[in-house]
Amino acid sequence: MSRLSLIAAAIILGLALLVPLLNLAVPAEQAFHIPDYLVPLLGKYLCFAILALALDLAWGYCGILSLGHGAFFALGGYAMGMYLMRQIGSRGVYANPVLPDFMVFLNWKELPWYWYGFDMFWFASLMVMLVPGLLAFVFGWFAFRSRVTGVYLSIITQALTYALLLAFFRNDMGFGGNNGLTDFKDILGFSIQAPSTRAALFAATCIVLAAFLLMLRWIVASRLGKVMVAVRDAESRTRFIGYRVEHVKLFAFTLSAVMAGIAGALYVPQVGIINPGEFAPANSIEIVIWTAVGGRGTLVGPIIGAVTVNAGKTYFTAAFPDMWLLVLGALFICVTLFLPRGIVGTLADWLARLPRKAKAGKTPTALPEAAE
Amino acid sequence: MSRHGSILYLDGITVSFDGFKALNNLSLIIGEGEMRAIIGPNGAGKTTMMDVITGKTRPQSGEAVFGAAVDLLTRDETEIARLGIGRKFQRPSVFESHTVWDNVELALAGHRGVAEALFHRLAPQEKQRIEEVLDTVGLLSQGRRLAAHLSHGQKQWLEIGMLLAQEPQLLLVDEPVAGMTDDETAETARLLKRIAGSKAVVVVEHDMSFVRELGVKVTVLHEGAVLAEGPLEQVSAEPRVIEVYLGR
Repeated sequence: MSRLSLIAAAIILGLALLVPLLNLAVPAEQAFHIPDYLVPLLGKYLCFAILALALDLAWGYCGILSLGHGAFFALGGYAMGMYLMRQIGSRGVYANPVLPDFMVFLNWKELPWYWYGFDMFWFASLMVMLVPGLLAFVFGWFAFRSRVTGVYLSIITQALTYALLLAFFRNDMGFGGNNGLTDFKDILGFSIQAPSTRAALFAATCIVLAAFLLMLRWIVASRLGKVMVAVRDAESRTRFIGYRVEHVKLFAFTLSAVMAGIAGALYVPQVGIINPGEFAPANSIEIVIWTAVGGRGTLVGPIIGAVTVNAGKTYFTAAFPDMWLLVLGALFICVTLFLPRGIVGTLADWLARLPRKAKAGKTPTALPEAAE
Repeated sequence: MSRHGSILYLDGITVSFDGFKALNNLSLIIGEGEMRAIIGPNGAGKTTMMDVITGKTRPQSGEAVFGAAVDLLTRDETEIARLGIGRKFQRPSVFESHTVWDNVELALAGHRGVAEALFHRLAPQEKQRIEEVLDTVGLLSQGRRLAAHLSHGQKQWLEIGMLLAQEPQLLLVDEPVAGMTDDETAETARLLKRIAGSKAVVVVEHDMSFVRELGVKVTVLHEGAVLAEGPLEQVSAEPRVIEVYLGR
């Protein structure tokens, strides 16, 4: 399994080179050319893959079924969106050098304090990680300490994202209300519409995804990773052998939220908009479906799940717009009934059941160097 | 020697759930390295007593002291586990998706913090310790198997092995032989006897032949209090004990 994630990381890094190359260097009339519209679309899928990977750390490995991960994704997205808004400057419709258009429209005279600093990329990047991380930390601190688990935890995570949805819809929150943040012009001085910028954003997404994959591969193989699985399988046993279960959960949940925030920050410049719809409870449930379809508790599974389900969504919502939700529901039911371990988990089970001699040489099994 | 000359000292423990007294002024002293069997009919308060000792349930009144002067009633499960009290649950509770080896490794004393666990690398002496523990519970050859694939008896032994790896001074073992074959039961009795001496062991059990095999001092609980205490032959001859067991 761990070799599979190395291969996947290598493939993703290969894509970081290949897709921009086929888009920018290959002329449009050639068969291998990747059209301009496809680059941000693929980038979007990979952002969702990061998000699913993040959820998998909390849910697949530590047993925390968060139905509110979309909130962390959206918060990261808003932090990036605020930077992009401030980059617009006087090029907005109202040509106000400081205030974004929607504030001028609302007759605001001054920039709210929480928009300070977002003209600087480094500050926005920090907030992309800090805001979701802090929210997850505080939320998790209270929830895990009070031993809120299982379906109760899932329900309050839904409530969390729903509360944020309602809050961000309000105009006086200062985040653009219903319309959210959009009409971005450039990022770090590069035009956000330019194919080269989009290719660079795609490559950055690939690099982040591969880096997270390798990071999680390391965490999962560490003793801490084993403790996470222990918490998932037998929480009270873990507590009675002397682990602080709430600390382990808090670590997984917070790290997962930070990863989700980064995914959101990469998503916003590629799709060009962030609005409160991203907080919708249904979005968070979709993340769970991607992860379940690909295989929770595996690292490559959520990536495969996110990309295939979203590619399916792109196809179905164009070809049979009314069918998509039915397809999604059917998919979830089928996976739950027939592939409870998801695509990758089921494949891994098949491989493990193959006779020993069929496999080339000595295959590293679930047990690492420990027992050698 | 400790303050009470004991590893565990319970005095006047009362636990009531909505008026029902699960433990009623329970007092119990376990000596260092002693093995004690606790018997009693269903609802006698055996499991509640373990819950109190391990910090899962807080009593309304009473005193619980571990070792010299450690007050157990102000600590939670994790702290109490780290102090050196290991608990085996009634139903086997092991980490099913981990290998037998990893189960024991996770239980090894020390390295409980998040950062510590993240950067920890298995030391040679830890490896040796895991092998020792697996050998003690007879699972050395099973190290690479997933715990989920073990038989019921093997899971019980693995859980006892995990307790040993914790290096506790006191082991609380709840119904270790429930559902075991006669051979497994006899093997478990031998295992627990090997462990006792270096560590105090409290065994809660229904199986009288198993208790006889252990051959240790017996405490009979009834309605949350101690009914009788002494060698098995003596307590089983007491009219009150006979009444409690046969009267139901």
